[in-house]
Amino acid sequence: MLKTYQYPKFPFVRPAELDSPQTRHVPVIVVGAGPVGLSAAIDLAQRNIPVVLLDEDDTVSIGSRGVCYAKRALEILDRYGVGERVVQKGVSWNVGRTFFRDEEVFRFNLVPEPDLHRPGMVNLQQYYLEEYLIDRARELPNIDLRWKNAVIGVTPGEDAVTVRVETPAGAYALSCDWLIAADGARSPIRRMLGLDIEGKIFMDRFLIADVVMKADFPPERWFWFDPPFHPGQSVLLHRQADDVWRIDFQLGWDADPEEEKKPERVIPRIRAMLGDDREFELEWVSVYTFQCRRMKRFTHGRVLFVGDAAHQVSPFGARGANSGIQDVDNLGWKLELVMQGKAPSALLDSYSDERTYAADENIRNSTRSTDFITPKGNVSKTFRNAVLGLARHYPFARGLVNSGRLSVPSFYVDSPLNTPDTDAFAGRMVPGAPMDDAPVAAPAGGAPWLLPHFGQGFRLMIALDDAAALDAATAEGLAALGRGAVPVEPIVVAREGSAPGGIETLHDVKGRVRERYDLQPGTVYLIRPDQHVAARWRRFDPAAIEAALRRASGQRA
Amino acid sequence: MLTLEYHFNEPHTRTFYGYEPGDAFYEALIEAHRDLDEEQSALVNARLILLLANHIGDVGLLREAIRLAREDVVGG
Ligand SMILES: Cc1cc2nc3c(=O)[nH]c(=O)nc-3n(C[C@H](O)[C@H](O)[C@H](O)COP(=O)(O)OP(=O)(O)OC[C@H]3O[C@@H](n4cnc5c(N)ncnc54)[C@H](O)[C@@H]3O)c2cc1C
Repeated sequence: MLKTYQYPKFPFVRPAELDSPQTRHVPVIVVGAGPVGLSAAIDLAQRNIPVVLLDEDDTVSIGSRGVCYAKRALEILDRYGVGERVVQKGVSWNVGRTFFRDEEVFRFNLVPEPDLHRPGMVNLQQYYLEEYLIDRARELPNIDLRWKNAVIGVTPGEDAVTVRVETPAGAYALSCDWLIAADGARSPIRRMLGLDIEGKIFMDRFLIADVVMKADFPPERWFWFDPPFHPGQSVLLHRQADDVWRIDFQLGWDADPEEEKKPERVIPRIRAMLGDDREFELEWVSVYTFQCRRMKRFTHGRVLFVGDAAHQVSPFGARGANSGIQDVDNLGWKLELVMQGKAPSALLDSYSDERTYAADENIRNSTRSTDFITPKGNVSKTFRNAVLGLARHYPFARGLVNSGRLSVPSFYVDSPLNTPDTDAFAGRMVPGAPMDDAPVAAPAGGAPWLLPHFGQGFRLMIALDDAAALDAATAEGLAALGRGAVPVEPIVVAREGSAPGGIETLHDVKGRVRERYDLQPGTVYLIRPDQHVAARWRRFDPAAIEAALRRASGQRA
Repeated sequence: MLTLEYHFNEPHTRTFYGYEPGDAFYEALIEAHRDLDEEQSALVNARLILLLANHIGDVGLLREAIRLAREDVVGG
């Protein structure tokens, strides 16, 4: 029982399948209502795909787990209708400060650029994120969310996947076209299918303490190497919602987790850190170890793995739930096109290609952070302390201080869905890049930011000075794109005016879209439904767009 | 002048986040010591310094680097 939060308890409802002799067939089953499974269900439901979402439990995530939700995940959560609640309830921050012994050695700013809607990070207890996602899922009539429904068997087939589900009222079978496994790090589905997940375990233990206290420290991430109050180890402090502060103490491999969890051991550690006068109450204590590993492929026939079931990282960098949400963002539109028969099932291979690439990047970065934070062996420790010592005086060494490289999205530069540039462009919005946000004005209504105007289907962004000057031939070409089998909705970004024929127009009020996308009048970007760049050109060429669209939807000949 | 600004880069590899080349170097550096005993590690470090020193070549610069490297270590 927490002082600041009461875990909801969701009712078990007796499934109708228990009383039917026939096995019911549904389009999609998602197993696991953690942050990733809930996101998957919402993504598909918003695409009008009905989803049965099964979870063996009847509440949200217990205790202190995920804390930091990154800008890219927030942008996706905006699309799922919960971004604003997360930002409102959570603590937004951009600045991280790093201390070595008793001196500050390094400071980073996650979002050094102005004019972005979402902050670099929001800190919020994972149970709130899940609660908000559950509220959203319950608003969507095509999500059938079933608590206390544990999957205990899975039979994959050529044309369908059947699961066996156990409930307090008995067991039943359910079959589906597509099974999304979002059943967490221990993934029973992965095990039942005999699939491997490979990587390494780190030989270290961390103590997590959530404490309730009133403190007016700025909303920043503070990280200590070898502080006087916890010598030889590292410590991390984060502010969460409701005046709950999360402290992570490195303990070393030999620590006894049961001993270390006792309040008489934990409280003196916190007092040493915060001083004897600071009043606080202990909210939660646990000890964790961690590993970095992933499955070789995330797609296995009709079973699609997402989130921790597919990959796990160390917590330094907050790349766990953040990357799981990006998995779903990548998968949703592809599965929709395949289910509609508009793309071959090979499009789903690109989900595995792009997200294993991202998982490798996440694992690489969190492994490097872990090796820096918890050096194993004398040489590693000597180099680490040399970097920290030099960082006091010299900027180059500050750049090597690695107290966690926080979650950022992958640029899918090697993706087979990209069409390589044939025209010259500056900047980083290359094919495969996740879109940068920018402020806009939307004369016809809608959000004053670029990203919310993207994210359902493919879009063609065309840049003009005066939108009203769009010529008739191009306007007709754009309209034709909207009528294709895989429709592409045009959107004009201009300094002024409204495009003819009711084409959505945005005004680049601060010139940031032009700057970030290196726009010139006539520049065209083909944008995927997950807000990644598929292709771009300096002029409107329907044949090139058609070819790029085929490629981006997996139909390459 | 000894370069003290962050200067790690990886030509021909496009990176999107500033810390990537430095972290890649650091990983390779730590990896170079895998499975070595202390004496071997010290030898690898010495050889590495000599290789890099020759690449830099300018003895004035090397003297400056040596001075900075010693600075805090010997209570200076
Ligand atoms: C100490 C710590 C700190 C972290 N910090 C961060 C952070 O700051 N930022 C971040 O992004 N991530 C962080 N993470 C990682 C984050 O908690 C996980 O990545 C995230 O919970 C993964 O979500 P998921 O939905 O894939 O899996 P889970 O959250 O594990 O959810 C799996 C769900 O599946 C259900 N389930 C399991 N088996 C079955 C079955 N057989 N039948 C039906 N249902 C089943 C479970 O009940 C559960 O609800 C942290 C983790 C830890 C441990």
